[in-house]
Amino acid sequence: MRKLSGLRLPHAKQTSGSAIQTLPLPQKVLIPMSMHMGTPCTPIVKLRQQVAVGERIGTSDAFFSADIHASVSGTVTAITDYRMADGSTCKAVEITADGLQTPFAGLKAPVYTNKEEFIHAVRSSGAVGLGGAGFPTHFKLNTSDKIDFLIINAAECEPYITSDDRTMQEHQPEIIDGIRRIMKVLDIPECVIGVEENKPDAIRLLSECAAQDDAITIIPLPPVYPQGAEKVLIYHTTGRIVKEDELPSQQGVIVLNVSTVAFLEEYFRTGMPLVRRNLTIDGDAVKNPCNVNVPIGISLREVLTHAGCDFEKTVRLIGGGPMMGGCLPSFDLSVTKPTNALLAFTEDRRAVQTACIRCGRCMQACPMNLMPTALEHAYRRGDQDELRNLHLSLCMLCGCCSYVCPANRPLVETNRLAKEFMRKK
Amino acid sequence: MKRLKITTSPHIRDDMSTQKIMLLVIAALMPAAIAGVIHFGWRALLLMVFCVLFSMACEAICRILMKREQTVSDGSAALTGLLLAMNLPVTLPLWQAAVGCFVAIVIVKQLFGGLGQNFANPAITARVVLMVSVSSDMTHWIAPRTAAGEAFAYDAVTTATPLVSGTASMQDLFWGSTGGCLGETCAAALFFGGIFLIFMGLISPVTPLSYLGTVAVCSLIASGGDTYEMTYQLLSGGLLLGAFFMATDYVTSPMTSRGKLIFGIGCGLLTFLIRTFGSFPEGVSLAILLMNILTPYIDQLTMTKPFGAVRQKKEAK
Repeated sequence: MRKLSGLRLPHAKQTSGSAIQTLPLPQKVLIPMSMHMGTPCTPIVKLRQQVAVGERIGTSDAFFSADIHASVSGTVTAITDYRMADGSTCKAVEITADGLQTPFAGLKAPVYTNKEEFIHAVRSSGAVGLGGAGFPTHFKLNTSDKIDFLIINAAECEPYITSDDRTMQEHQPEIIDGIRRIMKVLDIPECVIGVEENKPDAIRLLSECAAQDDAITIIPLPPVYPQGAEKVLIYHTTGRIVKEDELPSQQGVIVLNVSTVAFLEEYFRTGMPLVRRNLTIDGDAVKNPCNVNVPIGISLREVLTHAGCDFEKTVRLIGGGPMMGGCLPSFDLSVTKPTNALLAFTEDRRAVQTACIRCGRCMQACPMNLMPTALEHAYRRGDQDELRNLHLSLCMLCGCCSYVCPANRPLVETNRLAKEFMRKK
Repeated sequence: MKRLKITTSPHIRDDMSTQKIMLLVIAALMPAAIAGVIHFGWRALLLMVFCVLFSMACEAICRILMKREQTVSDGSAALTGLLLAMNLPVTLPLWQAAVGCFVAIVIVKQLFGGLGQNFANPAITARVVLMVSVSSDMTHWIAPRTAAGEAFAYDAVTTATPLVSGTASMQDLFWGSTGGCLGETCAAALFFGGIFLIFMGLISPVTPLSYLGTVAVCSLIASGGDTYEMTYQLLSGGLLLGAFFMATDYVTSPMTSRGKLIFGIGCGLLTFLIRTFGSFPEGVSLAILLMNILTPYIDQLTMTKPFGAVRQKKEAK
């Protein structure tokens, strides 16, 4: 089987050996009501209300959404407007911690007897994909298609990030048990775990843990970005091709991030919803790159201070990886459910754009075999037919094209605009 | 309050730039350029330096007159100048070389919109223009100073290129001690430069392999399986310079591997046909020029098939 293209990026995974540290409890957290793909939640708590850890504070009637829970115990001290990284606003609940971390009285390990109850329980956990996209997990599981493969995304192909890697090194039993639980209730016969070869410890520990189980296979993947992109991962682990406008379930697969599975198992054991997460802090402005476990809603400034970030020298702050992550406009935003990394960089990229010399590097790099330079021309002409012909919708914005372009053309940036442009008409 | 920069992803890029590519190609041409100086003396160096500087001046002035951003530092004009010089006989008067540079940079490149927009390779087009305009000066080949027997002088009697005479020894062809354009004679240096480009990932091996392969196969068939004739065809004339450095020009050759294959085979066939049946002894420039013109069509035919693409339904108008 021919492997899809991609890039051998500098891995920069220096935090792979740094164990997950639990940060001291923050004095307050600010929890945004939109941390997932889908409908934002509405706050269901009142000012000065006492809340406990794991208590639901935001919900939505829409199925494509995810509940939000208090990550500290204490008092609701504000319900404010919150400007998110992308510039749009949502509500946010500020909780001042009482330092006791009292768990919510109503929490107990969920009981389920069938698929529907299981999915309902997942929905109540507030689970979203922890790999960065924030896709509500119950929505993925709720499919009527026949599923042959559960695929666990443990590729973690972006440079710097090691939070999944650490989770695998420290919590393999939960991961494997979680996989078995999901396979059993959803009646999935086989599971493959795709891990990039640059995580030998994680591969070894997972293999040991799953050694007894013939239904679970660990597949080492070449460390070629974007190995963790959904379609790439599905193809490289099962050989199945998810076609344009198709969902993975239509090809008989469900893909879950490895940290999401670890969380789900924890939740089904204890009943504690998604209120904390692991993330990697790195970048050249950070003195002590590390992995931390923090409550959702903690301010970025507090997390970065812990890692010795030089705020004066930081020029760009990125939430997520350097290839697909987004720039954060302020240190005073909150850690959200999909925040898998915070990278603080001092250098000021000043790439001068020059003319396309048709070198074809973008096409060689594109895992989807698209023609980025042709897409750029089509967008500049405003040619929707041509954009469709060139299969713009297959672009997953991985950024390989822009990474390699010697003329610094804004190729993936153009595709992002082009996708917006196609939506308009 | 301190303001953080907002840029779109990706936030890292590799360190390859257009300028670096151009400089690396120039570096890859250096062995052949040095061989040219060894074989044809200091005037070869003069001609190359002149063409490089004059091309850069043309580019700089052109950009100023057109009120566009200055691009002379990207190295593409210097590369065109060097390539053109290497495609000229060492005795060519400088004013004719200047005309060549003007044609390459101003007419073929800048008037069509500058780097990336030209439909044909500037250096090749300039060479073809000079070939039809000043044919006698363009075919005034002198014997190299490294050749045995003849006295070396720039006003020496014209010697034939090995393609016409058919008498050069394999060794002379390999080391370049034979008549011809100043940069095209030394096969060893051109191979070295070409392999460097392939090794650096700057050019795809598909173009030179299919080009040289086609010429090899055609000459084998035409000569009834004579491998000496085949090697002779491969090593003489501008074929190696063309196959490694001109047919691989990004701007004027197809972008996909399949396209490059078609392009290379086309160049090979045309080169063979012109060499065998045409009135010019050498066909490399014309072959590449013709294939340059076909490039947009080859690109159309060889579009990539995206992963998981579903054929688009024709929408009713």
